[in-house]
Amino acid sequence: MSKLTNETIVADYLGMTLQVDSLDNENQAYFAHCAAHNFHLQKCDDCGLIRYPVGTACAWCASGNFTWTPVEGKGAVHSYTEVAHAIQPAFKPYVPYMVLVVDLDTQKGAPTEHEALRVFGNLVTPDGVLAPPEAVASVGIGSRVRMVFTDITDGLAMPQWTIDEDAEQPGSPWRYPE
Amino acid sequence: MAQIDQLDPELGASLREKYAIVGVGETEYVRGSGTTTRAMAVRAVRNAMADAGLEPGQVDGMLSYSGMDSTLSTFVSSDLGIRLNFYMDVLGGGSSTEALIGIAMGVIEAGMCETVAIFRSMNGHSQTRVGGTGARAVAPVVSEFLHQRSYGWQSPGQLFAPSFLRHMYDYGTTPEQVAHVKVAHSHHASNNPKALYNNRVTVDDVVGSRMICKPLHLLDCCVETDNATAIIVTSAARAKDCRQVPALIRGVVGRVSKPRADLHYETGPISTVAGHYAAPRLWRNADVGPEDIDVTGSYDAFTFTTMLQLEDYGFCKKGEGGDYVSNGTIFLGGKRPNNTSGGHLCEGYTHGVSMVVENVRQLRHEADDSCPIGPDGKRQHTYDYSEGGCRQVKDAELSANLGWATPGTGSALVMRRGA
Ligand SMILES: [Zn+2]
Repeated sequence: MSKLTNETIVADYLGMTLQVDSLDNENQAYFAHCAAHNFHLQKCDDCGLIRYPVGTACAWCASGNFTWTPVEGKGAVHSYTEVAHAIQPAFKPYVPYMVLVVDLDTQKGAPTEHEALRVFGNLVTPDGVLAPPEAVASVGIGSRVRMVFTDITDGLAMPQWTIDEDAEQPGSPWRYPE
Repeated sequence: MAQIDQLDPELGASLREKYAIVGVGETEYVRGSGTTTRAMAVRAVRNAMADAGLEPGQVDGMLSYSGMDSTLSTFVSSDLGIRLNFYMDVLGGGSSTEALIGIAMGVIEAGMCETVAIFRSMNGHSQTRVGGTGARAVAPVVSEFLHQRSYGWQSPGQLFAPSFLRHMYDYGTTPEQVAHVKVAHSHHASNNPKALYNNRVTVDDVVGSRMICKPLHLLDCCVETDNATAIIVTSAARAKDCRQVPALIRGVVGRVSKPRADLHYETGPISTVAGHYAAPRLWRNADVGPEDIDVTGSYDAFTFTTMLQLEDYGFCKKGEGGDYVSNGTIFLGGKRPNNTSGGHLCEGYTHGVSMVVENVRQLRHEADDSCPIGPDGKRQHTYDYSEGGCRQVKDAELSANLGWATPGTGSALVMRRGA
């Protein structure tokens, strides 16, 4: 359902202007949950599948009916990149920084074997700052991570990933050979 | 109604070799064109018309693509005295070329026009950087991009890299294997006087160059240049009156996508790319298979894109792309050379048109290398592929172009040497 009560959110984050448009109802709702440090995704009212990223209809059955549903922010790294050459100037002090593609435990392998809710984010410290090199060097495919949030402004926080200290980690996660 | 994936083997034959590419042209590959995308596009289309032997009154269709960084067909046609019966300027990057060739065939088939010029013109170094620096880096991050750019994840290399790394994880592909793509293309470029980078490099040069984002070193990435390229499509019947040996279009597929093409990572395997979905339709339309192809043009935005597509279009078994690109096959003198111009890694960057241009010249047996031109005006190819020498593939009859937009979207084209 469209609302006319949203306000466009504009904020600076690491030198970039992030903007959540007032008409972008889905992203407004998504980031409002994130701002409350809750991870909610859209669950289809018709087929029951949860989707990511934010979308306006179901990626499997095309239904437009959905309910924002709390989802556990835990999973394992499916793949990643480690950026040495930052494009955004404000990222340069943090290189190498890591972009993670994380398989959530929730709905992994559904509805077909190779599908998963693969949620993007940087590797960050538990308080949401881009992770230092020694943390980056310890993470690879298979690493267990948990979600934390980087607060940006009212109504806007970014979901991020940090090493899950309580999880059993793989002996040596797969990393690009040095 | 039958599912779309159940391909009817009979369909696809009706337009086979009914259309052809009859003219190709470009501007020089430079960093700093000192002119507009309009001026470059006009030169490239004019060169393609001269190549085909066509007058302004013999071209009546125009197609172009851009990322809103270029001129439009109305300006280019007006500068060239062309009155258009059809034109469209579409949004698109890599893999638009093959798709627009298919569209050109369709509009001619529909009687909407007779002959279509397709161009891409870009000041990709001096105005709008494809790598995302400059103007694109300061644009506000909105809507879908809040889930990407906010994470410092925005350049093509950064966005594709998780697929590349996952291929290494899934199949044991090594950086050294994939580096051979750059090595091969640099050898080819050394025999291409047009190439921006014409120095030959080694595997050590590639894996020893500075890391951009894992697994991409600097030399795994294509160059940014200012350039325009053009090709002209018409019917095989009209092609008989043109100057050159026509490159007959046997089959084309355009912008075939994986499920969830928005970013493709939600549907695995993420080490599989759009070519996996495009291949059955391409080979059905062309009625040949990968084993029949003499020369390939697998899009090299990155070394990995060339490898992934060759694999998913069936030039080798799934997972064996690393071996395929490093065992000599893709080098001039090998069984099936790839990107004989040097491609985007070495010749210059033009969002894919150049790779079709090169294969058209290969099929004419007119690769514009340094071999001497005989009294008949044709190049006397030596087939000596040493540095500075020949880059013509001997007796090239069939080519395949594999265009890349993203891991999730691609296009492809099979051409045969006409009479
Ligand atoms: Zn559904």
